[in-house]
Amino acid sequence: MPQLKESPSQTAGPYVHIGCTPQMAGLEARAMGPQLGERMVLGSPTGDRITLDLHVFDGAGDAVTDALIEIWQPTPQGQFTGDDQFCNWGRQATDLTSGQAVFQTLKPGAPVGQAPHILVWIVARGIGLGLTTRIYFPDEDNADDPVLALAGDRAATLIARKTAGGYAHAVHLQGPSETVFFDV
Amino acid sequence: MDDTPFAPRDFSVHPPPLWPDYRSTHLRAPQQPLLQMPQTQTEMTGPTFGHAALGPLDSDLIVNYAAAGQSAQGPRILVHGKLLDGQGRAVPGKLIEVWQANAGGRYRHVNDGYLAPLDDNFGGCGRCITAPDGSFAFRTVQPGPYPWPNGGNDWRPAHIHFSVFGDGFAQRLITQMYFEGDPHIARCPIAQSIPDAAALDRLVARLDMDRTVAMDIRAYRFDIVLRGRQATVFENKPQGT
Ligand SMILES: [Fe+3]
Repeated sequence: MPQLKESPSQTAGPYVHIGCTPQMAGLEARAMGPQLGERMVLGSPTGDRITLDLHVFDGAGDAVTDALIEIWQPTPQGQFTGDDQFCNWGRQATDLTSGQAVFQTLKPGAPVGQAPHILVWIVARGIGLGLTTRIYFPDEDNADDPVLALAGDRAATLIARKTAGGYAHAVHLQGPSETVFFDV
Repeated sequence: MDDTPFAPRDFSVHPPPLWPDYRSTHLRAPQQPLLQMPQTQTEMTGPTFGHAALGPLDSDLIVNYAAAGQSAQGPRILVHGKLLDGQGRAVPGKLIEVWQANAGGRYRHVNDGYLAPLDDNFGGCGRCITAPDGSFAFRTVQPGPYPWPNGGNDWRPAHIHFSVFGDGFAQRLITQMYFEGDPHIARCPIAQSIPDAAALDRLVARLDMDRTVAMDIRAYRFDIVLRGRQATVFENKPQGT
């Protein structure tokens, strides 16, 4: 079997919405199928519904208003297989003005050998290769999580903040509170 | 689920986070190196998409935004290729999404104010799911080059943006397809941020006269390779023991 090298990555650019969140770009009026990843809670699944508020900030502290964020998470039972009630994958663009991205989802359970967490993947203008990070929860026992342990004294950049309706989390692309990004 | 981990990512084919000639990287490039971690179930799995998620015209950008009986303006092209893994095997059943400017280089987007006019019959968004042999195809119009604010007289080569899903989230990829012979490729800071010329060349689609339809549409061939899995280790046991 030949060994082929991965195709090079390129930035998603500032118009990523046209392809990935076409309704947000105003393309819903014509014959496109449904916007993918918009809804994660599809029915009445078992588990705690949470609102996940995400912000992405650049090195000047400004909100990134043209990012695309995808999340991938276990079910409340710790499984990566969803059903017709819940989709483990979600996709939102940050708001073109405020920079906020809001996911309505379920609190993830613990996969085998890990603490509950959500994988976060970020692409945007100025990002040549998509960035992968994680969100952990302040009200869970994270002590034995093998990935969080690798982050050492930067682990706090991976832990969300509790809010009235769920959790909020800020991703800092660079600077003194730069978020940990992973080479998976 | 395939339990074979993905091979370590080969960063020599990817743009570095900071590329001074591409100004948007200045405030958006992480300054710390990526933290290496072992793959877990989280990164080795990912979403799946069925045909039910798509509309009937999603892969035909010539007509999927056009009024009844109309079609988009510009050179008609068929963009086709195969989605492959690191072992050269076809990757079937995966979602590919594309977006692009119209033939004049203008995006249908609230933030694009380029002088070139919008085309009432062109949206610029397409999607498909790879066939059992890994193949995919879009009908569209060739996008125009466009200027962009990067501090100088910068023009993007004509390009189509591609978003690709694999089996696991570790394979998730967004890239761009360029066109054979475009003199802007050598002048573009975004294209040139790819450190390896041979790697960049794999993003350049070739005119394909075999799939070109006479009096109808020209074809361009573009294959996409997702990150491969680690090579299988075979035990070197003598036969019959
Ligand atoms: Fe573009």
